[in-house]
Amino acid sequence: MRRRRASLVWWIVFVVGFIYFFLPLLATLDFSLKAKPAFAAYTNSFADPKFFSSLLYSFTIGVVTIAASLALIVPTAYWVQLRVPRARSLVEFVSLLPFVIPAVVLVFGLIRVYSRPPLPLTHTDLGSTTLLVLGYVVLSLPYMYRAVDTGLRSIDIRSLTEAAQSMGAGWPTILWRIILPNLRVALLSGAFLTLAIVLGEFTIATFLARPAFGPYLSLLGNSKAYEPAAVSLISFGLTWLAMIVIAFLGRDTRTRIEIGGAH
Amino acid sequence: MPFFLFATLFIAAPVAYLVIGSFQNNQGETTLQNYAELATPSVVNAFGTSIEISLVTAIVGGIFGFLLAYAAILGGLPRVLRTALMTFSGVASNFAGVPLALAFIFTLGQLGIVTVFLKGFGLNPYASGFTIYSKVGLELVYLYFQFPLMVLIIAPAIDGLRQEWREAAENLGASSAQYWRSVALPILFPTILGTIILLFGNAFGAQATAYQLTSGTLPIVPVIIGAQISGDVLHNPGLGYAMAMGMVAIMAISILVYTVLQRRAERWRR
Repeated sequence: MRRRRASLVWWIVFVVGFIYFFLPLLATLDFSLKAKPAFAAYTNSFADPKFFSSLLYSFTIGVVTIAASLALIVPTAYWVQLRVPRARSLVEFVSLLPFVIPAVVLVFGLIRVYSRPPLPLTHTDLGSTTLLVLGYVVLSLPYMYRAVDTGLRSIDIRSLTEAAQSMGAGWPTILWRIILPNLRVALLSGAFLTLAIVLGEFTIATFLARPAFGPYLSLLGNSKAYEPAAVSLISFGLTWLAMIVIAFLGRDTRTRIEIGGAH
Repeated sequence: MPFFLFATLFIAAPVAYLVIGSFQNNQGETTLQNYAELATPSVVNAFGTSIEISLVTAIVGGIFGFLLAYAAILGGLPRVLRTALMTFSGVASNFAGVPLALAFIFTLGQLGIVTVFLKGFGLNPYASGFTIYSKVGLELVYLYFQFPLMVLIIAPAIDGLRQEWREAAENLGASSAQYWRSVALPILFPTILGTIILLFGNAFGAQATAYQLTSGTLPIVPVIIGAQISGDVLHNPGLGYAMAMGMVAIMAISILVYTVLQRRAERWRR
């Protein structure tokens, strides 16, 4: 591409974008440092047992969600690719449904269906937590399916499968020892995006009354002055970290930026 | 197949429940009354506000995102800024919800640094009626995740404009403005329009940001549905289900139009 000298207009556009992006972060940092004594907002947050317990809760939920999502999607995408390519568009359609159903509508329906027999999940803590994971698996479907599908397309699964079969491997062995290791990079980027979404998720966790990180931060925001700024920055840092890991994982393949969307 | 069993139980069943509920009255009889009640002024107002916020942020975010992507790719800015913009956009488009709302309260709230800074010049935005907890405030917050999403989606399309097209136009004597009006914009148009519609859906479905920023006082559709889940604020469960259906319908239309336009746009990318 022919390089022309940047005109002033484009610099102004860029600087406006830059300010708009960083000002809220700067304000949050500034606010978090206002508490006296210095760094009190951070030390108070770390001293709050609920900070770690909610973060640990959300992290655990995130890991379980990723595992469940992979267990559901990898065999499906593999099977579709290898045996029933006709079902591809149907599976793709289903995996995109969560974009059409906002989280608040999804949790609305989930609560109404699973708060009564035959599956009264919301009546117990374990049941609600299970429902939370299942809701997050739904949210993760579009990203996970796309990540797995892209991964599967980039390897020759037919040859790999035939080679494994000719050596006597069964289906579980093929999926676990051949397909999964070959999909590692694709799966990790989907997994980190899911983790970033789960860590910050608020809507579903709140309505299921789960002690997750999103509702904790929301409550903190309504009750404290400086601590929410510190915890917000930490939350932003975690998102940032997940995105950097994704970018790092994708450096060998074609650069692809993951799109999560709003909450 | 476990996948379809899962989809049936946790996507289809909840939605089906809402669909059926939306056609029933409190006595469980089949009725269209709930959909008729969507015409209640408060409900119409909620949909109107939601649509307005989504539309404004989609258009403003779309235009600004396009200009930003253009500046970074074709505007002749140093290449490192482009990489930085793409990375930031990836992060910012995922930075929504509670922390985003809080960050803007720290920026433009009563005690936010920009508010305090402006007060130092004798300009108090709150004296002139501005508040971050209002519709305009929410729009300002939503833009934070709207324009990065535009940048992410439009950048590959701008990249896909071939140098040959520009050269061909110039050889035929076209000016830069003519090239944009007759070649580049018509090619980019389906992508731009499609992405703006996607941004519309993106803002329309968001609940957490609005809830945290306005403590649920700004009556937009996702916030009202949220309140309806916790306690029957509409005093009619069926109306709540009908509102949820209305929301799904609007989301479905915007995603569908986006998909169609995106397909059209791909004609030029080979």
